[in-house]
Amino acid sequence: MKIRESFASRLFDAVNILIMLGLIVVMVYPMLFVLSASFSDNAMVASGKVLLLPKKITVAAYERLVFNPDLWRSYWNTIRYTVVHTVLTLIATSAMAYPLAKRWLPGRRPILLMAAFTLLFSGGIIPTFIIVQKLGLLNSIWAIVLPSLISTWHLFIMRTFFEALPEEIEDAATIDGCNSFQVLVKVVLPLSMPVLATIGLFTAVNQWNAFFDSLIYLNERSMYPLQIMLRNILIAGSTVQGEGDSQHLETMKYAIIMIATLPILCIYPFIQKYFVQGSMIGGVKG
Amino acid sequence: MSTNHSASVVARAPERSPKRSKAWKLMKKHKVLYLLMLPGILYYLIFRYAPMYGVIIAFQDFSIGRGFAGSKFVGMKHFIEFFVNTPDSWKLIRNTVMLNVYDLLFHFPAPIVLALLFHELKSKGFKRFVQTISYMPHFLSTVVIAGIIVTFLNPQTGLLNFLLVKFFGIEPILFLGLPEWFRTIYVGSEIWQSVGWGTILYLAAIAGIDPALYEAAKMDGANRFQQMRHITFIGMLPVMIVLFVLRLGHFMETGFQKILLLYNPMNYETSDVINTFIYRRGILDADFSFATAVGLFQSAIGFVLVVVANRIIRKYSETSLW
Repeated sequence: MKIRESFASRLFDAVNILIMLGLIVVMVYPMLFVLSASFSDNAMVASGKVLLLPKKITVAAYERLVFNPDLWRSYWNTIRYTVVHTVLTLIATSAMAYPLAKRWLPGRRPILLMAAFTLLFSGGIIPTFIIVQKLGLLNSIWAIVLPSLISTWHLFIMRTFFEALPEEIEDAATIDGCNSFQVLVKVVLPLSMPVLATIGLFTAVNQWNAFFDSLIYLNERSMYPLQIMLRNILIAGSTVQGEGDSQHLETMKYAIIMIATLPILCIYPFIQKYFVQGSMIGGVKG
Repeated sequence: MSTNHSASVVARAPERSPKRSKAWKLMKKHKVLYLLMLPGILYYLIFRYAPMYGVIIAFQDFSIGRGFAGSKFVGMKHFIEFFVNTPDSWKLIRNTVMLNVYDLLFHFPAPIVLALLFHELKSKGFKRFVQTISYMPHFLSTVVIAGIIVTFLNPQTGLLNFLLVKFFGIEPILFLGLPEWFRTIYVGSEIWQSVGWGTILYLAAIAGIDPALYEAAKMDGANRFQQMRHITFIGMLPVMIVLFVLRLGHFMETGFQKILLLYNPMNYETSDVINTFIYRRGILDADFSFATAVGLFQSAIGFVLVVVANRIIRKYSETSLW
């Protein structure tokens, strides 16, 4: 009886490891293929000769893209939107979360309820669009940044973090003559680096990857972020402008995926830990 | 009872005004705190509550010039228009529900199973390695995922069709042109992207299980599979319940951004959902009132679902959202 059980157990271990190896292949192979294809000869990719490793290695596709002004402009736009969004989000969220962490503050409850209700019900795409339009924000960076400035989950995560900070430190700073704003900036925020990093990274990666707000709020080519450009090339099927691009049609698709994704793929192993923390404090993802 | 009540009101009355002035003093003393909250409160009022008020255009013939308050009231006209005069309304509702049913059946349990398997791995180093790899797709953007899908599934130049021809001798399939494939593609890619990431909360729940439980189970002669079922699985249950309720709250929503990138008129039959319809009618055709009415129908159902689900769960278990 005992031997049979340990056999079943060992068999399970073996199967489990096989499943994990399968999982690794399934997760990594598509990205590996994209990488290989981006460095291969276009004809080889288009005829299905490239399956795992690059064939007739060339950087022709990257060469085309590097000299494409549209790509760099959209890259710059993405960086711009991401940085401004992240900075403003951290400022607005921490400034709102800090007073809400004070249990004795009159009026705290209605404000918390006001924020919490938005988790259950929202006006939806169209009324939000109309508001953004009426405010004259269309086609500007503010249409991308402001409508999603504060995430209620992030607000609550930060409030919980602030509540857990020892009050004595703040009291000491108050006695030294700091007002609430100075306490927040000089004492509370430096102690809150983990939660700021987590929420900052969540916001930054979300903004880097976002396309829908840009799709509905921006209609000038010069304002497009990277993701919209990617969409136009990969999905809407418009080609990158330039001479002789048809010779690199397929490989350029893969190259542009790599260019758009590389920053995130490079940093994600290092920032992963913050994300894991963040999704655990919050109880749900972003 | 009523006398008691009025007595307490009388008793409270005198101490009320000093209490109020105390609050007033506190507020004055800490006006900086209110100043700090001001941008946030303004944000909520302008970008969250103004759109909620804007939902009234679902009952109007909205015109930009007249605004939310001044547009002509038309009652349920747009709802009737959607349910009675839109031939696609049934199809949209069906597709939305079906994608969510598939998602709940296949995508929801996937991270639970994976977390169990992760937990059973003996080598901690290997476990961490597989976890890191499995998190990777979570960081890819929706556009990249959809772009990879479209490119891989291309019948002439796509990887998947090359593989099918090469290893199985199957003729290339126009996956994105066939309605019967859409749900598989949608849910499959959803699992691919988020199964690893989804294990995080479950693994945290498993880490919180008291090791003494396993010891006790071993003493009682429980084998490994019984331990998995009765300790590890049960340990994940509260997280499952919370995530399930949250998921129900989004039941009508779907990952419509991905659908927007993947669908085309050839697969509308299964891919067109309420949200994509709202996008087409509201943003592309600028039919604001009608699209808002459809959206209101959708969020009203979502709201009811999450409230009901929470109530049911609170009745039968200790875990609930509020």
